[in-house]
Amino acid sequence: MATYTTKLDRRSFLKVSALAGGGMMLSFSWLAGCKPSPEQVLELPKEWFELNSYIKIGDNGVVTLFSANPEFGSNIKTSMPMILAEELEVDWKMVLVEQADFWPERYQRQFTGGSQGIRQGWTPLRTAGATARQLLINAAAQTWKVSASEITAVSGVLEHKATGKKAGYGEMAALAATLPVPEEVTLKDPKAFTLIGTSKKNVDLEKIVTGKPLFGMDHQVEGMKYAAIVHPPAFGMKLASFDPSSVTSLPGIQDAFAIKLFKEDYVRNFFDTTTFPELVAIVGNSTWEVLQAKKSLKATWEKAPESSFLMAGFGGSAPSPIKVPSGLESTEIHQSNMDEYLSKPGTILRKDGDPEGAFKKAAKVIEKTYTAPFLAHNTMEPVNCFAHVTADKAEIYGPTQAPEFIVGTIAAALGLPKEKISIKLARMGGGFGLRAYSHHMVEAALISQKAGVPIKMVYSREDDMTYGIYRPSYRATYRAALDEKNNLLALHVKAGGIPESPIHPNRFPAGAIDNYLAESWQINSNITIGAFRAPRSNFIAAAEQSFLDELAEVMGKDPIDFRLELLKRAETNPVGENNDYDAKRYAGVLELVREKSKWNSAPAGTHLGVAAYFCHNSYVAEVVETVIENNKPVVEKVVAAVDCGIVVNQDAAVNMGEGAIVDGIGNAFFGELAFKDGVPSKTNFNSYRMIRQQEAPKAIEVHFVESQEDPTGLGEPFFPPVFAALANSLYQATGKRYYRQPFAPQLEMENLSM
Amino acid sequence: MATITLSVNGSSRQVDVDPNTPVLWVLRDHLNLVGTKFGCGMAQCGACTIHLDGTAVRSCSLPVSSVGNSEITTIEGLSEKADHPVQQAWIEHDVPQCGYCQAGQIMSAAALLQENPSPSDEEIESAMQGNLCRCGTYLRIKAAIKTASQNL
Repeated sequence: MATYTTKLDRRSFLKVSALAGGGMMLSFSWLAGCKPSPEQVLELPKEWFELNSYIKIGDNGVVTLFSANPEFGSNIKTSMPMILAEELEVDWKMVLVEQADFWPERYQRQFTGGSQGIRQGWTPLRTAGATARQLLINAAAQTWKVSASEITAVSGVLEHKATGKKAGYGEMAALAATLPVPEEVTLKDPKAFTLIGTSKKNVDLEKIVTGKPLFGMDHQVEGMKYAAIVHPPAFGMKLASFDPSSVTSLPGIQDAFAIKLFKEDYVRNFFDTTTFPELVAIVGNSTWEVLQAKKSLKATWEKAPESSFLMAGFGGSAPSPIKVPSGLESTEIHQSNMDEYLSKPGTILRKDGDPEGAFKKAAKVIEKTYTAPFLAHNTMEPVNCFAHVTADKAEIYGPTQAPEFIVGTIAAALGLPKEKISIKLARMGGGFGLRAYSHHMVEAALISQKAGVPIKMVYSREDDMTYGIYRPSYRATYRAALDEKNNLLALHVKAGGIPESPIHPNRFPAGAIDNYLAESWQINSNITIGAFRAPRSNFIAAAEQSFLDELAEVMGKDPIDFRLELLKRAETNPVGENNDYDAKRYAGVLELVREKSKWNSAPAGTHLGVAAYFCHNSYVAEVVETVIENNKPVVEKVVAAVDCGIVVNQDAAVNMGEGAIVDGIGNAFFGELAFKDGVPSKTNFNSYRMIRQQEAPKAIEVHFVESQEDPTGLGEPFFPPVFAALANSLYQATGKRYYRQPFAPQLEMENLSM
Repeated sequence: MATITLSVNGSSRQVDVDPNTPVLWVLRDHLNLVGTKFGCGMAQCGACTIHLDGTAVRSCSLPVSSVGNSEITTIEGLSEKADHPVQQAWIEHDVPQCGYCQAGQIMSAAALLQENPSPSDEEIESAMQGNLCRCGTYLRIKAAIKTASQNL
């Protein structure tokens, strides 16, 4: 049991009466897989009593829990309220979940990204739940004139055993809401959890399967108009001029105008990445009409000169100038620019021992280079946003992972105070990092302001895929020095990318090797990049874990044994300082995956590959099993072992793992975006190949390490190891190593069908 | 512009639109049936799947003028109370992550089972190949279709 002072999180306990009586977007948690009988349908109470920002209780005992973070599919809208309900001690069947609006006065960190929702929400949500429970107990103590310490709270019922007094939460909620917030509360012992660790279904499940409006794309209001945008046809280009009459004469089109996202003196924040700060907007009566009109717009585009702007760093550090180079870039040039770093030195990020000396006296040096292309996020819901801007306020409704980072941008663009911008959080049709950059909210707001009506702006798939904010292109060269007996003397990694390096210098295998050198480099570009599921890790894990596989083979060791030996060294006698992983937990997932995948007894004809990685505070090891069937590599099975501490919602966590593994296999086989003279090579799903039902693994198993540690994230950590586990498995199947992502072209060259 | 009468989810609906307008946008913008989703606009992702006389079609590439007297069924019309066996199976397997593609997946699955009540794994994979799920819920989709097949 732990005691937490509630002062840590005072703003959760602010009472804002305007909220009472809200409840427009209720989600019923009783959806347990069967059709609800009439008596299961919760009666809405006559009155709600708010105990803090996250919890309100009705006079009939029904509880509304607010989910503060935006939902993009990782299921936090269910899992985070489960944490509240656990400490509140309420029956999940009595719970309604409501998506909170962006409301920084009431909620901390309404940000979905970096796999941090559960990890950073853990203590605040437990505290909020426990505080509300204590308020109800205190109300009962006052009413019954007994000591609060003698009252129990279980499943929404308060009881004083000695006097036999009993009351439901609903009976005490009115009084509880008026009592002072306790200074300290006691959190439950994790061993006593009854809800956390079970499987609860997605609270929006029934709405999803019946097609109810949930997404920004679905939002409609009376008098709303529709808007499309036209952006420059290539990176490195900008708008020169356009002729509005080329579209305003078309049926259903009302107006066409240019919008500029930033005023001259605006200092951008880290998430203000915007590829095309000036766009043409077309406003009309229907989505179809505005999307059609895009094709008729007469516009001239010109090469953009080199430019620069001020941008604050991640976490709000001091702004620095960001330079946008001029030019129309091509993948071919990118590749040759990256080739130069095979011989050019990089910036040293970490050096242990004497790596240069070790390489000089090595009997054998192994050197391998790994490459990955730009990737588009390709969320199923294209970029869109609703905005209604009037003279004195703006209402925004749309998909965003990071409302707190765009509210100031919208305010500055519109010339309105921040307090006059309201952002409602739509369920997102996928995020994967893309929607941390909410330029679309600024665009929609500017269009509504100029058009003077509420509008819904919709990107076509082509706009979405060619807009930028991609996963960067990366390159990594790994070198290992071995002595005559194939003992590992030194490891050297030099890696970079366009425009950022993927290296995390203090991660494994740093700490496990006496002589270690990590160098980075970067090449600037006008192709914009952004977070993409496990940024940087999603590439460097592929390179590192493929290289370790190859190294193990040369050293004559089993790939898992080899990793475990390195981890043993890091655990018992670590090299250097600041190693940012727990070697024992790392080894734990490898040991678990070895057991669960039957690593040592794979049936004939099946080919196993392993990889493990630590990122976003969680440890994941994966074994991919491929077979060659009718001349086609088929992923039969993937087994994952995970250490993420306590698992909040078991089946939802498994779902997340399955999805990330499918995503990884898809991107490893097919994901690729190339450029020619600044123009992306692919614009829609007819050319951008995505993994589909037939290519998905036939089975996926997800195993969690039993743990009482506080929970860490799951959205990202499953993703990075997939690439190398697949490459290592394909090596076993084909005898060829896979250094260049995506793998499908090489497999086709080997006359396998993909 | 033309006045077109459509039969949607068992009701007769009249719309005044450009006859080239895809059914997707007629449903979404004119009839306020937003369960059918826009994903790609070129019949590549399946998010817009509806039934036309019981057959799965991609509504983003179907001009409204070509529908004629055919009966349109959308996700909103698949059942009255989320009790179609496919919807029930989706709930049982807690299939969705973001949920955006799932209406299209469900409509494709329902059409498959209508035609072939006991599909093999290969038949499921083949019938569902046109529906993208960026979250990667393919295994649950397949498992849910098998469950639905048993509960038809």
